Amino acid sequence: MRRSFFVEAIAKGPLTEISPGADDAALAELARNVNGAARKRLGRSLSIRQVDAGSCNGCELEIHALSNAFYDLERFGLRFVASPRHADVLLVTGPVTKNMQEALERTYRATPDPKWVVAVGDCAADGGMFSGSYACVGGVSTVIPVDLHIGGCPPSPTLLLRGLLALLEFSGAGS
Amino acid sequence: MSVLADLMRDGRSVENHHPWPRTVVEEGEWLRARDLLSQSRCALLGLWGEAHAVHMAMLDEATNEIGVITIECQDGRFSSVGQVHPPAIRLERTIYDLFGLEPTGIPDSRAWLDHGRWGVRSPLGDQIANPTGGDAYFFLPAEGESLHQIAVGPVHAGIIEPGHFRFNVNGEAVVRLEERLGYAHKGIEGLMAGANLARGAMLASRTSGDSAVAYGLAFARAAEAALGIEVPRRAVWLRALMAELERLANHFGDIGAICNDASFALMLGQCGILREHVLRTANVCFGHRLMRDCVAPGGVTVDPGGGIARIRDLLVMLRGRFPQLIDLYDNTASLQDRTVGSGVLKPELAQQYACGGFVGRASGRAFDARRTPGYPPYDSLQFEVPVLDRGDVDARVWIRIREVEQSIALIEQIIGQLPAGETQIDFDPATANGPKEGMALVEGFRGDVLVWLRLNSSGRIERCHLRDPSWFQWPLLEAVIEGNIVADFPLCNKSFNCSYSGHDL
Repeated sequence: MRRSFFVEAIAKGPLTEISPGADDAALAELARNVNGAARKRLGRSLSIRQVDAGSCNGCELEIHALSNAFYDLERFGLRFVASPRHADVLLVTGPVTKNMQEALERTYRATPDPKWVVAVGDCAADGGMFSGSYACVGGVSTVIPVDLHIGGCPPSPTLLLRGLLALLEFSGAGS
Repeated sequence: MSVLADLMRDGRSVENHHPWPRTVVEEGEWLRARDLLSQSRCALLGLWGEAHAVHMAMLDEATNEIGVITIECQDGRFSSVGQVHPPAIRLERTIYDLFGLEPTGIPDSRAWLDHGRWGVRSPLGDQIANPTGGDAYFFLPAEGESLHQIAVGPVHAGIIEPGHFRFNVNGEAVVRLEERLGYAHKGIEGLMAGANLARGAMLASRTSGDSAVAYGLAFARAAEAALGIEVPRRAVWLRALMAELERLANHFGDIGAICNDASFALMLGQCGILREHVLRTANVCFGHRLMRDCVAPGGVTVDPGGGIARIRDLLVMLRGRFPQLIDLYDNTASLQDRTVGSGVLKPELAQQYACGGFVGRASGRAFDARRTPGYPPYDSLQFEVPVLDRGDVDARVWIRIREVEQSIALIEQIIGQLPAGETQIDFDPATANGPKEGMALVEGFRGDVLVWLRLNSSGRIERCHLRDPSWFQWPLLEAVIEGNIVADFPLCNKSFNCSYSGHDL
């Protein structure tokens, strides 16, 4: 049974698609936000810790998709890690609910320097549809410093990949 | 006459509540209603508050009748239903948190969604100012020798939603699991108040990201029921098409993820491919991978037109590949070793909690909102509702597998009979003659989603309540994990796949 999957993969070749390339707008935002010293130390491989700060779960679904056979995030040297203590990058979603604010701050503090924060989705930019709610802080940058925004509701995996590749390219350029 | 109809007849009937009746009752009927629930003669569909009243939706399972009863609480209290019927407890804690209405006699009076960080108490009621420092939360104790605690969350190791799990463990075995939720509370019902229908539909579509279609549909159907709108036939069928695509995508994701939590990554890889194909097809047909905002009151916002041919291709591909994956699941003993007999949910508990979706159907409860109360076009379609009674992780996987097969067959029927014509009807939500109320029950991939709303005379939302199926599934996860080893928790949890955001609102 498992052999048949293996044989098929050999015969048909991989599903993985070519890199969509770095996003220009993301590169420009990073150039504004990130200093040279951090770029030198991060290099071309980044460990990512995802933090859901109260999203609807839509962004998480598309972040998950980055690991499927079509996008195969790990081939670029990007990987998800289980602890902020192992992370270079925090990938934060959601309008930052007040009930998650402290957890987000503590996760940020637990992440060693140098570290970058990527805010994913329209909610993470400014609270999105939930801004103005008694229960939301509204926008990740009101709680912790943000280096890059990837917009969308949710952003497609391609859009996510282009933003993350910009981060990688930018960090690599400093070394 | 049914017990529910009998009870409702003794109350004061409310006009303009559709499609099921609502009556305002006195204390005596309220207590009778909670006894009907505790005696399993009726099922609890929902329990929600507003400024000075509490509403309870019930299903008479003998006759399939649905009704809503309301008790007015002028002194800010009502008799706790949870006192005799535990499934109501978390809903009542929420009513207290949001509206400040006190369920008298409730066995658990701890706050639920309110963590003491909003800066306000009863935000949808009296709105009393409050510090934001956070409240202490006292977990239920477990006593005995050699017990230790494991605290997990709200930030988890994987890419999942926020919530806290407190385990009391003896060696490897879980003695007690307690959930603490509310971290994803965004105040959706607060934002709904005063919104127009278009904004309300968008908020509904963002209540639980994996159920954008189910929530969009439940909201639209509730609004249409309130206003007495009939949507074009093509829209009705396209809605079902989207709902079944959503079910497929989520079930593929779940089957893969459950197997991955038993360290069988091949299944995750293969199911991930099928899921991606479904999402890409949805994107081609409806312009959005998760089909968000594609259902709106009055119809659908996108007509796939020629994209239907892509759905045909998708079905051919799925029919070719999915049977291989079923064989793979069925013939991998090391995987079955983890899933068979783990996390058993007893049928009595599923019945007591009126638990829907694959969790209920894997434990003998055959409820499916597409059948009961049913809604078009499913009355014109052939499908089966698979049911098992073993209640373990394996049964929940098999229910999903069988539902994938049913959804593929449903999509084939839908695209074969898709009516031509308009996809959206113009309507004016403003009505001269007072407020109108509507309610809908829709079968999402996870179970039945309930939406109840009241529109004011200018067509704006006065109150909208959205009840996720997870409300009646989360408490059962605590029950099924007892006696299992800690290492099987991710597996059991994923086999339930409850929504955090849909629950926390």
